[in-house]
Amino acid sequence: MKRLSKYRRHPLAAALVIGLGLLLVGSIYSFATPAPPAEATNARNQAVQEGRQMFLKGCSSCHGLNAEGTKIAPSLIGVGAASVDFQVGTGRMPMADASVQAIAKTPQYSPTETMALAEYIASLAPGPAIPSQESLNYARDGNLAQGGALFRTNCAMCHNFAGQGGALSQGKYAASLMGVAPQKIYEAMITGPQSMPVFGDRSLTPLQKLSIIKWLKNVENEKAQGGIALGKVGPVTEGLLVWTLGLGLLIGAAVWLGAKSK
Amino acid sequence: MNDHSQGEIEPFSDPGLPAHVHRRADHDPVAEKRAERQVATLFIISALSTVAFIASFVGIKSDQYVFLPLLGTTNAQQLALGIFFALALSAIGFGAVHWAKTLMPDTEQVDLRHTMRSAEVDRRELAATFGEGASDSGIGRRSLIKRSLGAALALITISPLILLRDLGPLPRKQLEHTNWQPGSRLITDPGGIALKAADLQVGGVAHVLPELPNGRHQTLDDLTRDAVLVIRLRPEDLHLNAERTNWTHDGIIAFSKLCTHMGCAVGLYEQQTHHLLCPCHQSTFDVTTGASVIFGPAARPLPQLAITVDSEGYLVAQHGFTEAVGPSFWERSI
Repeated sequence: MKRLSKYRRHPLAAALVIGLGLLLVGSIYSFATPAPPAEATNARNQAVQEGRQMFLKGCSSCHGLNAEGTKIAPSLIGVGAASVDFQVGTGRMPMADASVQAIAKTPQYSPTETMALAEYIASLAPGPAIPSQESLNYARDGNLAQGGALFRTNCAMCHNFAGQGGALSQGKYAASLMGVAPQKIYEAMITGPQSMPVFGDRSLTPLQKLSIIKWLKNVENEKAQGGIALGKVGPVTEGLLVWTLGLGLLIGAAVWLGAKSK
Repeated sequence: MNDHSQGEIEPFSDPGLPAHVHRRADHDPVAEKRAERQVATLFIISALSTVAFIASFVGIKSDQYVFLPLLGTTNAQQLALGIFFALALSAIGFGAVHWAKTLMPDTEQVDLRHTMRSAEVDRRELAATFGEGASDSGIGRRSLIKRSLGAALALITISPLILLRDLGPLPRKQLEHTNWQPGSRLITDPGGIALKAADLQVGGVAHVLPELPNGRHQTLDDLTRDAVLVIRLRPEDLHLNAERTNWTHDGIIAFSKLCTHMGCAVGLYEQQTHHLLCPCHQSTFDVTTGASVIFGPAARPLPQLAITVDSEGYLVAQHGFTEAVGPSFWERSI
């Protein structure tokens, strides 16, 4: 000890003590904090890699080799995993042909493949994440009446007052919302696919979004009082039926009135 | 005779009406009885249908559904009420018509029309009586009565016109004043959440109303004037003049939701084309050029609301609308 204390005023002593201290704290810290689960990270990295390979094969011809977008397709940087899950998971992407609108069809990628693509796109830039099933408990968290009011203000002008979809300009249309999975409805609201605007977490809060989904599911299961709902599009189909069937019956009655009895 | 008259064809003689053919029920007692039974059966069907109508109202639960081919799953009570009421009404009609067609006399009756003009004697007599009455009343001499009666009759014709005022009142200045004041925050409708600029992503929209002072809530009447759609675009996508650019904030632009054609809520926003469509008559507004009309019957762009952000970052109105919102009207001054 006496020999050590002899060096305590040595010019290098302070540096040595600080160095030893840092080493000690650093090693304690590295032992005390849990190491990130190496397997999960690896799995995610692997998914990103697989997703990238699939993207290069299936998507890059339109969206560019680095998803930066081209003249015919938008950039996918920052659109988030939710957007990929919606577009690919509903079969809208890849598009069958370069028409005005991507149409929902049988998904071309399996759920695992879709997830890998989503991981790859999400790894490019932060964007809306896929909502978890736990966060989508609309039956518990949603408010039916509020959902109806929100739907009528925010959605009904395009998707029809009963969620049946409707026409937009130049061949585009708002899709029917009947039978769409709650997760996909939620993703559409947060990502704004194609012509649809984005409904952020303040213009429609997550709870308000769940209320809208609850209302839509209620419409879906609602029984039609009069049997055929005629597409639930209002006066057009109902009027057509009245003008054809109803007037036909009236004409028949008029002919019978005028016919001479034997 | 010349060639012309030789080619002339003699006109047909009027063949007259075909002879009247009597119906079977007119001469065959069996047919007559059958027709009578048919009419009675129709009336009995009507009576039974009314009983069934009442019975289905009382007896069938209103939440009961049945499946029918072609019609699908239908509310049983509504279906029964409809069918039986239609039968009850139509069977009376069919019965009455069938009665008239088969059993009531079908021979044609002729009623000659009189000349409209009265006999010359009657006409002269009436004129004499009228002249006598007029001179007895002294209307020619008593000008005070004549004039006051004239005034009374003239005024009474005006009274129905006064009732037409109930068709109003005219909009006057109502549409020129909304609840948007300098510094009004933009709150979501429904929900009432005050929006900050960061709450709207590019491509995002929000349907908003002005936050009213003292926590007052919008009435339906307010909603018909105050409704605004706020949209965020990339700032470089907007092509506005300097003043209108000043009315936006970082690509966030706000328009009155009332269509300038008929006042429908313009809400269909296509985020890729930046077109805003009115669902009623397909008026299409281009958001990038300040909601100018590019298609449809609307005559004016949607009024733009000048917005900015306050010190806390909330989106607020710079001032109210500088023109009347909604459709054109006669008294529109701005």
